[in-house]
Amino acid sequence: MNLSRRELLKMGLLAVCGTVIPLGALEILKPEAAASLIRPFSEKKRWAFVVDTTKCVGCGMCAKACKLENEIPFDTEVQRTWVERYVQLKDGEVIIDSPHGARYGFTKNDPQGKEINEDDVAKGLFVPKLCNQCEKPSCVQVCPVGATYKTDDGVVLVDRGWCIGCGYCITNCPYLARFFHPITNTADKCTFCYHRIKKGMNTACMDACSFGARKIGLLNDPASEVFKIISTHRVMVLKPEYGNEPQVFYIGLDDIVR
Amino acid sequence: MEEHLAHGALWTIKEGFTYPNEYIYWTIHIVVYPYITGLVAGAFVLSSMYHVFGKEELKPVAKFSLVFSFALLLMATSPLGLHLTQVFNSVHMIMTPHFYSAIAAFTIVYLTYMAIVLAEIWFVFRPFIVQQAKEKAGLLGLLYKAMTLGSFDVSEKALHTDERIIKILAAVGIPAACFLHGYVGFIFGSVKTVPLWKTPLMPFIFLMSAIISGVAGCIVTYIVGMSLKRNFICGASIRSMCKVLVWFLVAAIVLESIDIIFHAYTAEEFWSIMSELLFQRFAFKMLVVQWLFGMILPLVLLLLPRLTMLRAFISAALVLIGVFQMRWDVVIGGQSMSKSLAGFLTYDMPIIPRSIEALKEGPFPITVLLLMPLFLLFIFNKVLPVFTEVFNEEDCGFTEGLLSSKENAKH
Repeated sequence: MNLSRRELLKMGLLAVCGTVIPLGALEILKPEAAASLIRPFSEKKRWAFVVDTTKCVGCGMCAKACKLENEIPFDTEVQRTWVERYVQLKDGEVIIDSPHGARYGFTKNDPQGKEINEDDVAKGLFVPKLCNQCEKPSCVQVCPVGATYKTDDGVVLVDRGWCIGCGYCITNCPYLARFFHPITNTADKCTFCYHRIKKGMNTACMDACSFGARKIGLLNDPASEVFKIISTHRVMVLKPEYGNEPQVFYIGLDDIVR
Repeated sequence: MEEHLAHGALWTIKEGFTYPNEYIYWTIHIVVYPYITGLVAGAFVLSSMYHVFGKEELKPVAKFSLVFSFALLLMATSPLGLHLTQVFNSVHMIMTPHFYSAIAAFTIVYLTYMAIVLAEIWFVFRPFIVQQAKEKAGLLGLLYKAMTLGSFDVSEKALHTDERIIKILAAVGIPAACFLHGYVGFIFGSVKTVPLWKTPLMPFIFLMSAIISGVAGCIVTYIVGMSLKRNFICGASIRSMCKVLVWFLVAAIVLESIDIIFHAYTAEEFWSIMSELLFQRFAFKMLVVQWLFGMILPLVLLLLPRLTMLRAFISAALVLIGVFQMRWDVVIGGQSMSKSLAGFLTYDMPIIPRSIEALKEGPFPITVLLLMPLFLLFIFNKVLPVFTEVFNEEDCGFTEGLLSSKENAKH
């Protein structure tokens, strides 16, 4: 075959383009996607949380422990985790409160500052709350600089050195789990005590709870209690209508819970 | 006493059940930010009406509104600077823009628009700059020489090309201006947790209110500026601007009412708290100031026959106040409803600056910020003929004659 220099260059260029373009298509196959081919989804690590509201007594130890563990100034009115009290009266009225995020506990019969006659109460419950570490976190979606991100094992974290403090993530969280850290002045939130769970420890709130109302574990890990509860009990999540796919599962929620 | 006050605790009063971390996080700065970008967009659209659609009667205000738009644009980002808690990190917006976020593209949109406006100003004032560069000596001469960017060609051919470029820039600038402000509307409209904001109409509502505020801003500033210089004001130009104002006022009223009617009719879970906001807590702000005095009254005043300069001025000033109130009602009102739908947050702006944060969040920086564009306009007027190259009575009479003959031809 006789090739002129021009033809050789032409074919050479074609060959290069022909290799590069299909290689470019490989980019569509992201590392996670490739990994999921080797390791089935069911084994993917994913932290999740279970809150059993039927066990919560509103002592507020979790909220207190969280503040101390994560060095959020104790007296500042912001909480990484908090407990809400719901009281429904027989006439249908619902009274909700969470004084100081319950870090001093619910010690009196005084929802919203008014004493209630026990005979008037139809039902009451305590609902501990924390960041839902959503599968589709809207806070991560809206961060303009990518300072907040989801780790491979599903926990949403904030890079304090990179946050610009626009508050867009705070506004976009349906659960109000976010706030500005009073010292660093950057967005802050519950991290499932990422620094502890990575070492095989429990979260601070879980350790502080004497009643077993809080449980952390890996989803899809047959040995974890969280997995057992979610796969065998009737659980619910908060505000599913926002489409964030929250990963904190509740036992014993009620329709009065906001 | 708390040693470290939570961000927002200084100006938020909580009522009923609100979440522990719930505060009014977006305050006065975020009220002013869409207000200024709105004025930018409106002023630019007005100037383009002359350059693109050839509305001759708007010639005397075309240059002014373009420069005014630029002066406002320069100040448009400053409220954000006051708003960010980590303002020195804001450079990260350019370093690692996260484009899934609705606000990440802001820098790009803003700079693109800035480039268009700057280029258009340069072309519009080029003949003047070249003339000054040739005539003036000393520092001022040097400034004009620098402003020519080395192009001294003012031949008829060159000027003709300039005009074509201006037309293209003005035409491209209209969608860019609309995008800039529609985009600000999108930033709010896409916040899924705030029922008052979350509507696909938001970009259009913001755009219409932007245009009315921009046109009204031009009417007010132009009348004041010209009166201060004791220049003749052409009635035809003012009437034409008022006509634009009327059309967009109608569009704004229609869109904003559809939004409220829709919420009331569908009456979703949040309607009970939203209706309490609209008809009780924000009734004066929203119904009286924003709707009655900000939109309906100016519309009536402008539609009454034999429009006078004073009436145009009053209507435009009312629209300016009304649109500011609208921004306030949207930004603050939206956050006033607790996401628990069981409580309210009241915004109590810190007036007395007892701390640096109170000073930053108070009325002083924002007042300076709102007056800055006027100061910039004053400076620009020293260098460029913003107010001086205008219609004299003869030109005005000629345009009026042209307009009335057009009217007659229609009938």
